[in-house]
This record gives sequence, C-alpha cells and structure tokens, in this order.
Amino acid sequence: MHSTLQALADAPAQLLPARSLMAFTLASHIVLVPLGVALPLITLVLHGYGLRRGDRTALLLARRWSAVMAVQFAIGVVTGTVLSFEFGLLWPGLMGRWGDVFGIGFGVEAWAFFLEAVLIAIYLYGWRRLPARTHFLLALPLPAAALLGAFGILAANSWMNTPRGFRLDSAGNPVDVKIWKAVFTPMFGPQYWHFVVAMLVTAGYVVAGVYAAGWLRGRRDRYHRLGFTVPFTVAAALTPVQFVLGDSIARKVFHEQPVKFAAMEIVWTTGAHMPEYLFGRLHPDGSISGGIRIPQLDSVLAGFSTDTRVTGLTSVPANARPTATQATIAHWAFDIMVGIGSLLVVLALWYALVWLRRRRLPASAWFYRCAAVAGVASVVAVESGWITTEVGRQPWIVYENMRVAEAVTSTRSTSLWIMFALVVVVYVCVFASFLAVLLTMRTRWRLADEEDGRTGRAGSPRQTPESGLPYGPRPAVPSGAPPPEDQP
Amino acid sequence: MIADVVAVVLLLAVAAYACAGGTDYGAGFWDLLAGGARRGRRPRWLIDHAMAPVWEVNNVWLVFVLVIMWTGFPVLFQRLCQSMWLPLALAAVGIVLRGAGFALRKPAQRLAGRRLYGAVFAVSSLVTPFFLGVAAGGVASGRVTAEADPSAHAWAHPTPVLFGLLAVTTTALLGAVFLAADARRFDAPDLAGYFRRRALAALGCVAVLAVSTLATTRDDAPHVWHGLTHGAGLVFVAAAAVSTLATVWLLVRGASPGAWSRGSAVVVVASAVIAWGMAQRPYLVPTTLTVSEGAGADSTLRWLGLVTLVAVVLVVPAVVLLYRLDTRGELESLTDADLRRGAADEG
Repeated sequence: MHSTLQALADAPAQLLPARSLMAFTLASHIVLVPLGVALPLITLVLHGYGLRRGDRTALLLARRWSAVMAVQFAIGVVTGTVLSFEFGLLWPGLMGRWGDVFGIGFGVEAWAFFLEAVLIAIYLYGWRRLPARTHFLLALPLPAAALLGAFGILAANSWMNTPRGFRLDSAGNPVDVKIWKAVFTPMFGPQYWHFVVAMLVTAGYVVAGVYAAGWLRGRRDRYHRLGFTVPFTVAAALTPVQFVLGDSIARKVFHEQPVKFAAMEIVWTTGAHMPEYLFGRLHPDGSISGGIRIPQLDSVLAGFSTDTRVTGLTSVPANARPTATQATIAHWAFDIMVGIGSLLVVLALWYALVWLRRRRLPASAWFYRCAAVAGVASVVAVESGWITTEVGRQPWIVYENMRVAEAVTSTRSTSLWIMFALVVVVYVCVFASFLAVLLTMRTRWRLADEEDGRTGRAGSPRQTPESGLPYGPRPAVPSGAPPPEDQP
Repeated sequence: MIADVVAVVLLLAVAAYACAGGTDYGAGFWDLLAGGARRGRRPRWLIDHAMAPVWEVNNVWLVFVLVIMWTGFPVLFQRLCQSMWLPLALAAVGIVLRGAGFALRKPAQRLAGRRLYGAVFAVSSLVTPFFLGVAAGGVASGRVTAEADPSAHAWAHPTPVLFGLLAVTTTALLGAVFLAADARRFDAPDLAGYFRRRALAALGCVAVLAVSTLATTRDDAPHVWHGLTHGAGLVFVAAAAVSTLATVWLLVRGASPGAWSRGSAVVVVASAVIAWGMAQRPYLVPTTLTVSEGAGADSTLRWLGLVTLVAVVLVVPAVVLLYRLDTRGELESLTDADLRRGAADEG
C-alpha cells in the first residue's frame, strides 16, 4: 500500500482528472473504430458480390451498411477531433518535447482521414447517379485509406511503447531525429497487425451479431442469411490468425517491455519456472490472492521452456513500474482479452466444421446465441486490449523516457474535473443518440421490408426509411410554401 | 529553410480551414438566425441540403492544422495549448456538440427533438469559430508565451476578442454567399435573394470589424500592425480589400453566376489569413518565438514536407472530384425503394 500512497502523493493534482478524461474519450472513440476501419471492406465485399451476381439483396444490404458506416463516421470525426485537441490540452509536455519525433505518424493519419472523408461522401451520395461500376471503383480505395489511417495512429502509439529514432542531448531533449526509426519501432509491426485484424474481426462479429439476433427471432430469409454469412465468414476466418498474432505480440512485449509484461502476468520477482495466474489480485507486498495458478506455464508461454527467466516487477524501482493496482488492472484486461479470443476461436471452429462437413450454416440455436453475443464480446476484447497496453505502460507516457506526470497540463485540477463532467454528459448524449439512430434505422428497414412482403411491391420513394438520416437522400428544397403537415 | 516551407504549409492549411470550415460554420450561423420553426423552415432545409455531402470534409482541415502544428512546431503547439487552454477547450466541446447536433437533427422525429438538436448545432456553430478566432488572436497579439498560465486570462484582451468576432462574421459571410449560390443551383430563387441580403450585411460587418481590428493591433500587437501595413502583408490586405469590393459588386448585380461571388468571398478570407501570416514573419508568435526557434527537428520537417506532397497528389484530385460531383448534381443517394423493388421481385 505504501508505494501506491506515495505515488499518489507525488503526482500532481491534475493527473487524475487528465487521465480520466483522456481514458474516457479514448475508450468511447475506440468503440467506433472497428466499424470505421473494417466496415468499408466488409461492405465492399458484399457490394462487389452483388454487382457480379446481379444480386439485389446483396446490394440492398451493402447500401444499408453504407448508411451505418456514415453515421458512425460522422460521430467518429467529432470524437477524433476532440482527441487531437486533448493531446495538447491535457499533455502539452508530451507534445512540446516529443511532437516532432513521433508526430509524423499523425501527419499520415490526417491525410488518410481526409481521403476517407472524401471517399465516404462520394460513396454514399454516388449510389443513384454514378454508373454502378464507377461508383464501386471509386469506393475501392476506401479500405486502403482506412488502413493507412490506422498505420499513422499505431505508429504513434507503438513509439510511445518502444521509443526510438532520437538521441538525448545534455539537457535531456531529443535531437538527431531519425524518422524512419521512429515510425518503425520494434512494437510497431506486432501492434499494427494485431490491431487491424482485431478491427476486422470485431466489425465482422458485430454486424453478423445483428443478423444472428434476427435469425433467432425467426427471420430466416435470404436477406438475413446473406447479412450473417458474409461478415461472419470474414471474422471467423481471421479469428485463428488473430490468435497467432496475439501470441506473437505478447512475446514481443516480453522482450521489449519486460516490466509491462510482468504487470500483464503479475510477476513479482524475476526468475525461471514462473507460474501463470488466471485473474487473481496482486498486493503491494507481492503476494497474490485469488485466481487460478498454473505452475510453470508463464515461463513456457514467454519462451517455450520452463527454464525461461521472466523479469519481475521488482526488477525496477517502485516509481518506475505500475503499482499493484495498475498491474492487477492490466492483468485482468489481458486475461479478459485472451479469454474472449479463445472462445471466439472455438466459435469459428464450430462454424468451420459444420461448413466443411455439411456445406451449410449451423442449425443450432445455441450457435446463433453465441454469434449474437460475439459482437459485444469482441468490442469488450478491443477495450481490454487497449487497457492492457495503456495501463501496462504506467507510469510512463513515453516508455522509460517521460512520466505521465511530467507531461500533464498545469491547468487547475478543478477546471479539468469540470471539463471531464461536461464531456461525460455530452458523450453520453451523443452515444445514446447514435444508438437511437441505429435502432431507428433498423426498425424502419424492417417495417419497409415487411410492407414489401405484404404488398409485393416497394413503398413510395417519397417516404424512404432513411429520409430522416444524416446521410439519407437529400430532400428536394421546395420552391413553394412549406408543406402543412410539419408545421408546429 | 525547410521550417519556412512548413510554416507556409501551416498557413495555407489555416486559410483552407478558414474558408472550408468557415462556410460550414456560416451555414450554422444562419440556421441560428433563421427564425422560428415555421419561418425558418425553408432556409434550414437549404442549409441541410447544401451541407450534407461536404461538411465532414470541410472540417477535417482542422485535424490537419493541429497535426502540422504539433509535428512541425511542437513548441508553438505546447504554448498555444497552455495559454489558450480555456478557448480551445470550449472550441473542442463546441465541435462535438455541433457535429452531433447536425448529424442527429435529421433523424429526430418530433419537433421538440429537432429544435433541441438544431439549437445545439446552431449555437455551437457560433461558439466554436469564436473561440478558435480568440486563440488565433492570442497568437497574433503575442500572448501565447511559455510563461502564460492556463488559468490566467491571456485571451481576455481586445485583439483576441476582436479576432473571435471577426471569425464569426467571416463564417457568416462565407455561409451566406455559398448558400445564395446553392439556392440558385437548387432552384429556390427567393432564397437566393434572402441569402444575398444577408451576405451583404455580413460583408459590412466584416469590413467594419476588420478595420477596427487593424486599428486595435496598432497598440495591442504592434509587430502585426507593422506587417499588415508594409510589404507582402500590405499586398494581401489590399487583395482582401479589392475582393471585398468585387464581392459587393457581384452580390448587388445578383444576376452573375453564383460561382463568381463564391470565389471572391473565398479570396477575401484567404487573403486576410495569409496577410496575417505574412505580417507575423519571421515569428510564429510575434516577438517571442520565431519560426526557426519553434521548428521541430529538420529531418521531421523534411518528412512532413514529403508526406504533405504525397498527400496533395492523392487528396487534391479526390477533393476536386467531390466538389465537382457535388456541384454537377451527381451526388444523390439511392433511395431504399429502388433496391427493395428488385429484392422483392426476387422473392
């Protein structure tokens, strides 16, 4: 307990509100990222399929997903812009000293983002007038732009984990910047691919989960089958890949950030034959309560041998490592992520086995229940992964080069708390509205489809399900008097 | 040398944001002043209609401005965020509210909801450019220093406040000019007149505020005043003045093709921003931080220049394509019914 108290006493009062605000805004933004990075690709797969086979159902789904993509992107733009402000408003020390070393990734990201905004606008509004082929071809660069954007962000974050590409002068300031080295740091490759695949898997399970829920409610038409199969297949195919990538990133952390690895696995003292703990709680004296202890496993996982020496938290002074509480948080987040990942592998295998043996979708209701939950679970896994990497790095904002406390703003903590409260209120409203929009869209689409089924023809083009959506058809501006029905 | 090039890129990005983002904020400004639900219905309709495909692209410029600033001039970014903490924080909140208000207004079913989202969108369209302008004014008047504490009111001075007001009126001008042209494009001649009158009023306000800001800078920001009244700065001030007159002429004539008045209004704003940048030379923050002092590592700046160059090659054609498709009326989304008709046939 002593070290925790001391760390709290040494920390400036701004630290807690600044970290809470940053954590809250990032955690919210990250929920939107899988749909932003991976939904364009999944949508285009379906769009391409629809065009090739002349399948109107596939085109209808692709069009509807593009509407979801649009709402998501609109919210993502604002929450992303807020993050760029926060870098300066909360962590001026980080940006002032290191901005020119690791900022270039954001330069790439900003342009990629720009391109994405342009392409999304063209894709969404090009459905009617542009020739079908031109429209599809113009959207093709969209997934590439999304991947480029992720490249920039991940370059910056992996630099914070394993900073490279500079030399410190006598005053401790970075000089002699080598951009290539600063972008391609040791953690970059593992983090990037782990992230990209995570986004594809998550987006796939989230979208498929919606149709799995519909399937459970008895909607078993071609529309639901297609809407489930395409994203689920993408996600299921990538899940084992993600398992391998996850394993390799953990080993990379073991080599490059041993103290962070010690926190993730709650290893107190350095040594070989280390046991693995599933969950459990680390105490400031190094004891561990609760959890499941598996002897030798941690050494085996880290280096394929029980003789592998694993660095413990006590290998560095208390003020240069995560506190017991922080280590426990990182450990739990890590275990939750790995646990969800393992369950998703089982689900993917189930799907693959049924498909290989019977050439059809699984019929069991339990499969669809699991598939419906998989969407939410993978979002939880993404959040956990992010918590693991950020909390595990404590107390460093730039690993072994700058403490979070040195980077924080000198604004009064009261202002920061007020700001935090304001942002929480605003974000809760924004995300509630976002969810409401998605649900409204879903309901309107379903009603429209049901009406089609009854009457055997499509409804009037004037009252379309999306006419009230941010990216719905643009209403004609009437040149006469306003229509009477909408007057107050 | 390379630092100067990146400084020019930063200035051009600020000018681009002032024009593109400004038009967008301006639309929100007129949304706010459009009157009650009944009276304001048609202007609001036009505003939604005109903004829809391009509003996000317009605002991505801001992200680019911030990124160039922290990568190219990290010291400037740090000092700006410290000394202009409150205005920037409020601008950030304004940006969330505005984006959410605009995106979520259309889906709102009931009038009360629509009014609430609409009001949020419109008020934050006013607040955000004001505070961004205040931060710019803080830079121009040399109040962005290493010593300025976030809790001190470094921004509560004549020049920053006038810059803020100028930013608001500029957005109003751009918004009205663009909407007047859009009204003609979308066949609403009465709205063309409506926004033309407002554009002229906004232009008057911009002129008055610009002259008083110039007068204030004489004592409050002498370096910038000197720069604006001499050399390259003066050339761009003159360009802004000439294009102001041209805009008045085009607006009064009314019959001219809409694109011309839009072009001249953009030239007014862009020249004003560039004049400010020229007047600040060789400083990033007048008399305390020069471009070379504030610049990041040379290698970073060269890479930033390269990234910008590559991006210009990729992004400019895309943006041109978007605006071209938009102005030619190619951007109209497919209604759901078109697709459902086919799907229903298939059974």
